[in-house]
Amino acid sequence: MLNIDSITNGIVIDHITAGKGMRIYELLELDKLDSGVAIIKNVKSNKYGKKDIIKIDSITGVNLDVLGFIDNRATVCTIQNGQLVEKKKLDLPDKLVNIVSCKNPRCITSIEASIEQVFYLCSAEDHRYRCQYCEEELTQE
Amino acid sequence: MRHLINPLDFTKEETDKVIKLAEDISQNIEKYSHTCAGKILATLFYEPSTRTRLSFESAMMRLGGQVLGFSSAQSSSASKGESVADTARMISCYADIVAMRHYKEGAPAVAAKFASVPIVNAGDGGHQHPTQTLTDLLTIQKGRGSIDGITIGLCGDLRFGRTVHSLIQSLVRYQNVRFIFISPKELTLPDYIIEEVVKPSGFPYREVSSMEDVIGELDVLYMTRVQKERFFNEEDYVRLKDSYILDHKKMALGKDSLMVMHPLPRVNEIAVEVDKDPRAVYFKQAQNGVYVRMALILSLLGIENEILEDSLC
Repeated sequence: MLNIDSITNGIVIDHITAGKGMRIYELLELDKLDSGVAIIKNVKSNKYGKKDIIKIDSITGVNLDVLGFIDNRATVCTIQNGQLVEKKKLDLPDKLVNIVSCKNPRCITSIEASIEQVFYLCSAEDHRYRCQYCEEELTQE
Repeated sequence: MRHLINPLDFTKEETDKVIKLAEDISQNIEKYSHTCAGKILATLFYEPSTRTRLSFESAMMRLGGQVLGFSSAQSSSASKGESVADTARMISCYADIVAMRHYKEGAPAVAAKFASVPIVNAGDGGHQHPTQTLTDLLTIQKGRGSIDGITIGLCGDLRFGRTVHSLIQSLVRYQNVRFIFISPKELTLPDYIIEEVVKPSGFPYREVSSMEDVIGELDVLYMTRVQKERFFNEEDYVRLKDSYILDHKKMALGKDSLMVMHPLPRVNEIAVEVDKDPRAVYFKQAQNGVYVRMALILSLLGIENEILEDSLC
């Protein structure tokens, strides 16, 4: 049994789809934090079978848009003085700014380096986004 | 400030207003000959184009305005590596309105973010060509008196043909339109146009591969060129370029009131013998392109003098 200490003040990102923990760690740039960060992979989940969990040992801003886009199944719990004070479920963000890049070689973003990469949600039902410039659908790796 | 990047940037009401103004311009062109005196249109064409650039320039000149610009990326600062954003900022100092054609999709949208004057997308790669769409709508309106209720066949390269996609997106805003999509299976409409545009409209549509089978049902036949520049593979282009050629024999199957349209330039998808048929309206369509660009320039510049107000009452 793997034991990770519970945190007193910090954030727990729970119910992450198993295997997505590292991607979220990278996209949220958690490596740049001074505080302790634990990524727990493939934990048993009654609801989903397996899940990943990220624990951050400080109250820090988490880009919920990034998180909602990568895995809107995840929940974000804020812990203060050892108590759960807030639990947020995530929505798909309406807009993604500089989170992913357009893969269309004909898109202006392929040569115009200074502009933001912007995608807008075109169908919440099936999680589809389009590039704001060329309207190419975002394909996830 | 308004831009026209995508045909749907204008509401149906705004689109109809431009078309109505263009109709009036076509009948009373002299009345508008000084309405843009002192105004400058910049034509920023990063890839070659004959009719679109000349059509924009002709439109501005017929309004009494002046024109500056370039007609290829090589003759612009793009060859020195200048970004579209910087070019847009710079040209805002020189002109009152900009028509931009670019080989990259979305370039005019970038320009619109950074410019302080109206930007008109004059074609961005295989993406959008909104002034062609306005031209097409004006041509149908003038030819039939109404866009509502038409049965339109779109033929040829429906996969890469940007004019087709834009036209469909605009037509679904009208009433009781019937679509027949005529193409080889390699060049059928992209799924997203069917799923996100055609099906939600509730209008009847069919996808067929034979022009002869359906031409008799059509009010409008919209022909397109199989464009070499949209293919990555020369072999595919050569195999498909002559898929559908309209000739006298096929025209004989069409209604007397049929309108044959084409965004031009054509290669050989319409035989020259068809040009003399009164149902061939593609050269009138090119003329309408000037009227509609005149109307668009006036609209985007917000020029609403008494002559315009009077004519539209």
